[in-house]
Amino acid sequence: MLELSILLPAILNGLTTGAIYALVALGLTLIYGVLHIINFAHGSLLMLALYAAFFLHAVAGIDPYLALPIVVPLLFAVGYGLQRFVIGRASHGKDENILLVTLGISVIIENLALYLWKSDTRTIETPYSFSVVNFGVANIPVPKVVAFAGALVVAALLWLLMTRTDLGRAIRALAKERLGARLVGINVDHVFAMSFGIGCACLGAAACLLLPGYYVSPHVGHGFVLVAFTVVVLGGMGSFVGALLGGFIIGVTESVGGLFLGESLGQLAIFVIFIAILLFRPTGLLGQKA
Amino acid sequence: MLDVIGVTKRFGGVVATDAVSLSVPAGSISALIGPNGAGKTTLFAQISGFVKPDAGEIRFEGASLLGRAPEEICALGVVRTFQIVQPFAGLTVRENIAVGAHLHRRRRREALDHADAVAERVGLGPQRDKQAAALTIAGRKRLELAKALATDPKLILLDEVMAGLNPSEIDEIIPVIRAVRQSGVTVLLIEHVMRAVMNLSERVWVLNDGALIADGTPAAIAADARVIEAYLGHGAASAPAAAATAHA
Amino acid sequence: MPRSLQIALFVAAMAPLPLVIGSEFWLAWTTLALFYAYLGQSWNILAGYGGQFSFGHALFFGSGAYATAMLQIHLGLNAWAGFLLAAAAAAAVGAAVGYLVFRYGLRGSYFALVTLAFAEAFRVVANSLGITGGGVGLLVPLKPSVATMQFPEKSGFFWLVLALVGLGLILTAWLERSRFGARLMAVRENEDAARAIGVDAFRTKLAALALSGALAGSAGAVYVQMYLYLDPGIAYGPGMSIEALLAPIVGGLGTIFGPVLGAFALHGIAEIGKVGLGQAPGLNLVLYGVLLVLMVMFMPNGLFGLGRVTLRRLLPGVRNA
Repeated sequence: MLELSILLPAILNGLTTGAIYALVALGLTLIYGVLHIINFAHGSLLMLALYAAFFLHAVAGIDPYLALPIVVPLLFAVGYGLQRFVIGRASHGKDENILLVTLGISVIIENLALYLWKSDTRTIETPYSFSVVNFGVANIPVPKVVAFAGALVVAALLWLLMTRTDLGRAIRALAKERLGARLVGINVDHVFAMSFGIGCACLGAAACLLLPGYYVSPHVGHGFVLVAFTVVVLGGMGSFVGALLGGFIIGVTESVGGLFLGESLGQLAIFVIFIAILLFRPTGLLGQKA
Repeated sequence: MLDVIGVTKRFGGVVATDAVSLSVPAGSISALIGPNGAGKTTLFAQISGFVKPDAGEIRFEGASLLGRAPEEICALGVVRTFQIVQPFAGLTVRENIAVGAHLHRRRRREALDHADAVAERVGLGPQRDKQAAALTIAGRKRLELAKALATDPKLILLDEVMAGLNPSEIDEIIPVIRAVRQSGVTVLLIEHVMRAVMNLSERVWVLNDGALIADGTPAAIAADARVIEAYLGHGAASAPAAAATAHA
Repeated sequence: MPRSLQIALFVAAMAPLPLVIGSEFWLAWTTLALFYAYLGQSWNILAGYGGQFSFGHALFFGSGAYATAMLQIHLGLNAWAGFLLAAAAAAAVGAAVGYLVFRYGLRGSYFALVTLAFAEAFRVVANSLGITGGGVGLLVPLKPSVATMQFPEKSGFFWLVLALVGLGLILTAWLERSRFGARLMAVRENEDAARAIGVDAFRTKLAALALSGALAGSAGAVYVQMYLYLDPGIAYGPGMSIEALLAPIVGGLGTIFGPVLGAFALHGIAEIGKVGLGQAPGLNLVLYGVLLVLMVMFMPNGLFGLGRVTLRRLLPGVRNA
């Protein structure tokens, strides 16, 4: 049995990584869990947001945390536009078409990034990049702690949005009954686009919180797509709390799994969980039975 | 031919079918009627293997149907149609029917020929090459019937085959159903169109709130106080009998 | 014109090309286009005719590729035998995955995601095992000869791939007029309705997945023979999965010649793009992505579908062009 002194830091690390996964998954939960749109471009949109935060820092010296008010609305606009003018027009009523069109979008974004910014990975340095917070058993880097807190805040904000605002009610109505929602005057195209926009805005937040202490490259999105879907499915479609929980579970599993099996096989645990959930418990931990 | 014994199904707190028992004699046309939500389609779904009963037994020609997959039950000779028509939209009418024909025919030519014959029987002959998606509702209903007939069934469960048809279309399809029975296929209908029920069936079962409340000949059922109350509400049975049978 | 004649004419028209095309570059280009057509045919069988959209078709491609590579390198097996075993291995993977996935009723988007997850899982495993060469990959020893399926003349590969495309065309045509195909298409249109009239949807889908897998696996084997190198990224990465689905979608899903038309159109446009946009990395794929998005938005029936619609409008009597 592994000593606690090795296991506990791994768990703590897993929790903070899991927070990032959760943050990325929160936006996807809204898009996929509530609207049933398979957004294959989720990872590449995150990458876009990371580059935005990166260049704001590299060119204008803006700290990523301070770039939130710029990157979040930017991603919102991109998401709104994509859904309103591209994805919405492509579905023709079939799920598969949305899969394909978002796949196409992700290919475009990734390879444009490859062409414009080359494949080098880039990182930034901030005054707090290397500071740590001591939690007794382990020292956790400041950026990870901030990310952890940020995930909780975003989840809370999303929950407030969905339950306390008119827009949130409209989104939930749309998720349950599209025709009925139209009949009561909800502008379906607009609300769909708003939801997608908000989902992407979450990615903007995730990027700003993630960048210090991480890196950006055109392919960075890849690693996040399946993990994000795994988190969404694990937590239960449409449940934000579930996405948080799922993120933590996945993060810890990857971290502890990596301890026992080596890093690359730790990733395997994620795919196995994904497949297992879809097969045996598709409603996830907290989702509602169809 | 078909023995339904004490079949019960619960969905959450709702009892969809409540210890329903009935026996369909071979070679007959019988009907299952009742207000909306009475459990008729759920019973069909249980007989045809799409829903598993919580209790009870279902036997066809002596063999139990419980636990068998829908395709197995179809191979045994029991075929159902769907209340909300389910055509194979991207295929032509002939190709649709041929899928059913393939149950007992291996070769494509045979299946297509049989499909043509069945199409004629239900009156879809001229539309054999049309895309199923292009049919009117009346056409789709006939297609639904044709697909099922092509499997050479012994018992056919018709779920509201007349819903959405106008009176002349109903008049056209009644002889088709009679012809189906003439050809040796037993028919069990779910129907709301009372005219058709009275016209076609020898035996009627009435479901209400999941339970069987009456069974007998069409005439007896129409005069049955419980049946009248199930459809028209409590106390309606005391209204003149003439009013109840006036618009059958 | 009967299908068999169409197919025969196509193959007959293509066969003399190596003798006619002077440039080695264009011969290789045509061979590659045919290769992607073949891969697309495999995807088309499952998605176009079966309605199951796989986003991880590399799972079968890579399994076939690794099978033949490992058998040749570790056991000295003959490449032609390896080719057959690759198809069998990939079919087995398809059957195993299909058994799990269809037994638990995964359909639509879930099916697409799960195939992707399997492909990624296999990639991670291939990356970690010694027998697959880990991240470094596998090199098949160079021994040019027909017996080792390393054709000394490049035209050898052309004819091999052309024969495979012909096989794919024949298989697809068979689907359109067989009992199995009719059942498969019924399942594609409406699974419950199909089951109600006697179609065993589970076995039908399983068989389609195994067949599609076998074809993709054999494509993997051919790839290994052409390039003599394989690594987890090539075998199981998203590249092949995307190529597999692009050709049929562009050319026309659920049609016999769709994948062929799509593969040539796609790679033709890519070639033109290279001339116009230069050899910059990534721009080619941007073009692919744009094409995919445009196709789904405006021509969901692909080029073939467009042709059919046009024909129907021009000649109202025409049904199945």
